[in-house]
Amino acid sequence: MNKTKKKMLGIPYFAWSAIFIVVPLCMVFYYGLTDAGGAFTLENILSIASPEHSKALWLALLLSLAATVICLLLAYPLAMILNGKKKNQHSFIVLIFILPMWMNFLLRTLAWQTLLEKTGVINSILSFWGLPSLNIINTPYAIILGMVYNFLPFMVLPIYNALSKIDPDVIHAARDLGADSVQVFLRITLPLTLPGIISGITMVFIPALTTFVISNLLGGSKILLIGNVVEQEFTQAANWHLGSGLSIVLMLFILVNMVISAVFDREGEGSVL
Amino acid sequence: MKKTTHFHHTLHTVILFWIVCTLCLVSPLLLTGCGSQGSKEGGEVIVYNWGEYIDPETIDRFEEETGIKVIYDEFETNEIMYPKLEAGAAAYDVICPSDYMIQKMIENDLLAEINFDNIPNSKNIGQQYFEQSRQFDPENKYSVPYCFGTVGILYNKTMVDETVDSWSILWDEKYADNILMQDSVRDAFMVALKLNGFSMNTLDENELAAARDALIAQKPLVQAYVIDQVRDKMIGGEAALGVIYSGEAIYTQRENPDLEYAVPREGTNVWIDSWVIAKNAPNKENAERFIDFMCREDIALMNFEYITYSTPNVAARELIEDEEIRNSKIAFPDLDQYENLETFQYLGADGDALYNALWKEVKSE
Amino acid sequence: MKNAAKRIYVFLIFVFLYAPIATLIVLSFNASRTRAKWGGFTLKWYEALFHNRDILQALFNTLLIALIASVTATVIGTIACIAIVNMKRRSRTFVMGITNIPMLNADIVTGISLMLLFISFGFRFGMGTILLSHITFCIPYVILSVMPRMSHLNQSVYEAALDLGAGPLYGFFRVVFPELLPGILSGLLMAFTMSLDDFIITHFTKGAGVDTLSTKIYTEVKKGIKPEMYALSALIFITVLVLLLLVNRAPDDNNNRKGSKL
Repeated sequence: MNKTKKKMLGIPYFAWSAIFIVVPLCMVFYYGLTDAGGAFTLENILSIASPEHSKALWLALLLSLAATVICLLLAYPLAMILNGKKKNQHSFIVLIFILPMWMNFLLRTLAWQTLLEKTGVINSILSFWGLPSLNIINTPYAIILGMVYNFLPFMVLPIYNALSKIDPDVIHAARDLGADSVQVFLRITLPLTLPGIISGITMVFIPALTTFVISNLLGGSKILLIGNVVEQEFTQAANWHLGSGLSIVLMLFILVNMVISAVFDREGEGSVL
Repeated sequence: MKKTTHFHHTLHTVILFWIVCTLCLVSPLLLTGCGSQGSKEGGEVIVYNWGEYIDPETIDRFEEETGIKVIYDEFETNEIMYPKLEAGAAAYDVICPSDYMIQKMIENDLLAEINFDNIPNSKNIGQQYFEQSRQFDPENKYSVPYCFGTVGILYNKTMVDETVDSWSILWDEKYADNILMQDSVRDAFMVALKLNGFSMNTLDENELAAARDALIAQKPLVQAYVIDQVRDKMIGGEAALGVIYSGEAIYTQRENPDLEYAVPREGTNVWIDSWVIAKNAPNKENAERFIDFMCREDIALMNFEYITYSTPNVAARELIEDEEIRNSKIAFPDLDQYENLETFQYLGADGDALYNALWKEVKSE
Repeated sequence: MKNAAKRIYVFLIFVFLYAPIATLIVLSFNASRTRAKWGGFTLKWYEALFHNRDILQALFNTLLIALIASVTATVIGTIACIAIVNMKRRSRTFVMGITNIPMLNADIVTGISLMLLFISFGFRFGMGTILLSHITFCIPYVILSVMPRMSHLNQSVYEAALDLGAGPLYGFFRVVFPELLPGILSGLLMAFTMSLDDFIITHFTKGAGVDTLSTKIYTEVKKGIKPEMYALSALIFITVLVLLLLVNRAPDDNNNRKGSKL
């Protein structure tokens, strides 16, 4: 197959993405840059500077960053441990992590309510043993927990995948040359898994940034995140212009993320599975 | 290399996939482009209602008795329902919005006038509810009441030892982290406005600012802003006080006898959810037959017992066997005995924007 | 000592991941409708589930949509990868950028923008529009799973096959495809998973009477989740778990090869 034929294979996708990705995106930009009367305005985008919106954005950034870091710290050791297991268990491990994601997202988050409430399962067990109760429901901590819970698999899998691709001979060679465990980790393992880490961070940070269900169910709807604002503008307030404007601002983060990915992950090696 | 059989198997599977996928690629486009839905004997009617807001058996009965097929769809809030209707993306016949939303739909010309000659059973609905409906449907031309109720305070007798008769108890520091408020801009503001003696439909900036400040002051005491979770949390004893719809009160009391419901003396919201017919309804006649069926006393009774939300159908009320419930002041409040009962009105796009902006400030604190 | 620490760590993480699932399963046996109190053990919700036409229909819709969407997305995505890998660097970055958009954009924005698109094209909302939307957000996952493998392909092996007399298509399926297969399968899996759980996008692009499990559950949020849903979740979980264990037991000669990097 010559090159032109190969490129033509992409036509279905290019057409698809043009219609279903680019056009809707243009519509979002159209709404974001106009007001209710249809006139051009930058107000929707600039409204991010208003006190409520900037606070919502700031809080969302803080919480999703915290969740991402926690995910990373939890996921890396886990991925390393799992990587040490036999090769033929690879698919099993992957599927075990995907399995919770097949349970409905809302039900899983509601289940956390049952677990975390003052009169919930965890506190019942704790009080049974005479231990102090855990009161994180309806606080930002519960939101972080919800984010970590929902997005942890997305961090574990790319890192695990990247780790499994490292040729053990490289590690052996390094040891033969006198490197100790720390050096091996810092100078070989970590850099080689960087694409996986970047991919994991992307798959956790961005969705966490725009979530609204988690802050409603686990945060008692008391903490207004940027995702809540966008959702309210689109549904309750029916102000699609403002909602789109704020979404355009959020896309900035997506852009930054794509740039970082492009820089650190030239070959596009970071993948989830 | 790998075994031949495995390979051919994979190859054949792939080719099968190709065929399946081509078909798949084509079929969605066919499904979307296609015109009208097939007409069946007796036709069909498309209903859009709140979730869990009808006894499924009544739908089955309707289909049996009339031969009309019911396509039933559900929504969770008025605000999510409205854009779908306005955009005209999906055609609905019968919808069950709330009071202020009906007013908004009337003002935006989204509703068809109902021919009450086709709904003889509407005589079962108490006149006082039609009167109350005039607050949002001034000439009673567009809606038929389906469920109604009040908003009040549900409290746990074992955790609250004083009389509950005022909204101000929700600002009592004694109950910090034990108070549940509704996660809805109008319901939350209703409480704050009534507390200060203002109308829940006010557009006065000073009154609204006062309400907003009250809500912000209350926020540290609030355990959570919830919608349906009030039920489960109160039943579980997770909170001492909660703002709740009267319809839920009966259900929660059944599950937890420690719970009581009270309507504060400052007054509260009387809400009505009514059946309306969309302007571009494809099956207007069937829609009217559906509404008529729902107004039949035995059907209304079935729905009442399933949903436990108060029914404005007085004929159905007569049929309730349990005397306690039939005469319950919670289920069937005497609308005259309370003062300051108001129904939500549509405040217009600007009014909505104002309320929403203030609500955002409260949530943002 | 080190091994014990590792085991405990993995165990804790799994408890964390599966605690809510266990809660759901326990709730499915709760005789009381509300999740706030335990009303005794019962199987009635399982029974009610099988009589509930709506939920079963929603389940069927969910699975059908997930299957069609993920398979279609996989096909389109894979052949797109072949094209992308042969593009110049600039065009490649551009296309990959566009690919990232549905994945990274907030769900609600994708949902509403697709709804706007369908309205302006005059499409009638129904199963078809849901499928189109799902395929749209599934393709990026496929592309991102297949691309890494595609980039690592050794062209010389393919060319050697051609030199040895294999036709281009035959050569593709015998040489290239097996190398890509793990990536394709994982892309398919991701797409299937994302489609199963989606709510917002489905909500805005569906028509009357077509429900998936997710939309059904969300509409029950205001009045309380039907316990039949817990029963259904428990059943889905047990079924998939059993399948997993069975598949894991089946001999898999590929992965036993020493030094295999796939």
